[in-house]
Amino acid sequence: MGEILLMKGNEALAEAIIRAGVDGYFGYPITPQSEVMEYLAAAKPEERTGMVLLQAESELAAINMLYGAGATGKKAITSSSSPGISLMQEGISYIAGAEIPVVVVNVVRGGPGLGTIQPAQSDYFQATKGGGHGDYHLLVLAPNSVQEMSDFVPLAFDLAFKYRNPVMILSDGLIGQMMEKVELFEPIPRWTDEYIREHHGNWATIGKTPDRERNIITSLDLVPERMEKHNMHLKEKYEQMEREEVRFEEIQTEDAEYLFVAYGSSSRIAMKAIKLARAEGIKVGLLRPITLYPFPKKRLRELADQVKGMLSVELSLGQMVEDVKLSVECRIPVEHYGRVGGMIPTPEEVVEALKTKIINR
Amino acid sequence: MNEEIIIAGFGGQGVLSLGKILAYSGIMEDLEVSWFPSYGPEMRGGTANVTVILSNERISSPVLNVYDTAIVFNQQSLDKFEPKVKPGGLLLYDPNGITRHPERKDIDIYQIDATKEGAALGSTKVLNMVALGAYLKLKPIVKLENVHKGLLKSLPERHHHLIPLNEKAIGVGMEKVKLIHKAEHVNAK
Repeated sequence: MGEILLMKGNEALAEAIIRAGVDGYFGYPITPQSEVMEYLAAAKPEERTGMVLLQAESELAAINMLYGAGATGKKAITSSSSPGISLMQEGISYIAGAEIPVVVVNVVRGGPGLGTIQPAQSDYFQATKGGGHGDYHLLVLAPNSVQEMSDFVPLAFDLAFKYRNPVMILSDGLIGQMMEKVELFEPIPRWTDEYIREHHGNWATIGKTPDRERNIITSLDLVPERMEKHNMHLKEKYEQMEREEVRFEEIQTEDAEYLFVAYGSSSRIAMKAIKLARAEGIKVGLLRPITLYPFPKKRLRELADQVKGMLSVELSLGQMVEDVKLSVECRIPVEHYGRVGGMIPTPEEVVEALKTKIINR
Repeated sequence: MNEEIIIAGFGGQGVLSLGKILAYSGIMEDLEVSWFPSYGPEMRGGTANVTVILSNERISSPVLNVYDTAIVFNQQSLDKFEPKVKPGGLLLYDPNGITRHPERKDIDIYQIDATKEGAALGSTKVLNMVALGAYLKLKPIVKLENVHKGLLKSLPERHHHLIPLNEKAIGVGMEKVKLIHKAEHVNAK
């Protein structure tokens, strides 16, 4: 077993970045994720692994540094919080179009605008439905514990390189700021240039040799026939993700008559709400999507034949609830409950919402 | 065992570090732990609070509405969290600066003069450890040897020479904690 430490989610993420063999972190500080760069600076990654740690002049610069670093087949990552992630959307769209594997972490705070520095889940649409322009998807992972803030970093890179697609870790201020036990994974060495040439030499810009054509990284193609082909190729990737990468966790669904659907910090609150509700004899379970894109549609559709209603619990005005509704295709009632503006619902409130919105509707 | 605690006071009274030391001690005891602080504007000069949970089981919500124990160091926190203690639960407070004392009859109420005792030890900074001692006397959920390990883990090495003073403060807290009121209808779990 690895070393067990008490860490904030943001700190665990930062330590995992070094251990995952990342080549470059490019970012710009913003609450509630500033501990990421603070931790990295104190940990001296340039001495531990040779990783580049760079505070960019802005989020726009940071995301374009990711574009450049990722294009060479190196592992590059950035983290920010909601307003900073909005600034990055142009770059993220270009990166998706150019098929560059990078990882972007959003420790979400309330919006719109500068909003608040308190936790929220109001960037679900932005993360799962595009955010930038054009037909594209990020693969979105939603950690709900400090342990997952660590574990999802190497997982995100595996998926980013498997699909040559940007992966987002969608966390929030609660998971970023809380401390829990975390078991750190054994460090993964950074890739050597030889490794990159062998495994990613067919696309990465690693220097042309006389024996092959140039690798060109671009999101621009002015020939409609070729661009449509490229769009269809991206579609195939997303379809493969939907077949192979759906991840979720179920809690007490075996005998459930009602279902909470919640991810990230909300899923933790829902877990407590299950205990309170079951103490009153209400058989409720939880489906926690771990990948928000691809979304666990198929399993939700199955559960719609078992439960009488679903409550989507989110720190938003109702975003994921739309995907839940699409998944169950109107077979059963689906409602939303959430608090916003940095307010966090209590488990008691969630049980009450289940009663008023679903059970006694 | 599942103990849900709120610790609250002014920023600078060591509220967050008290929670962190308790959480680390819990890890040494092989318990599951969570620590969720208030962060943001209130940390910069206002009241600070932290929710700490120690449990034998996987911890669900790190944010709660009611608590088994409240440890409070100022009037605002007492006013805010006295109503949030579960019936039969524990309220432990430092009477320093308190003008409106707790009134509930259905909870256990104890005082620890942590600010005064800390000053008597030569450092008001250890007032949080005095309170930790008082708490552990009432609810010995972690062994003192694990608190020692927790201190070693949570304090940076340059502060390790202060561990004996911190442990002395814990001892003083255990000795000086004072019963104010015993719950009338005990239905604690």
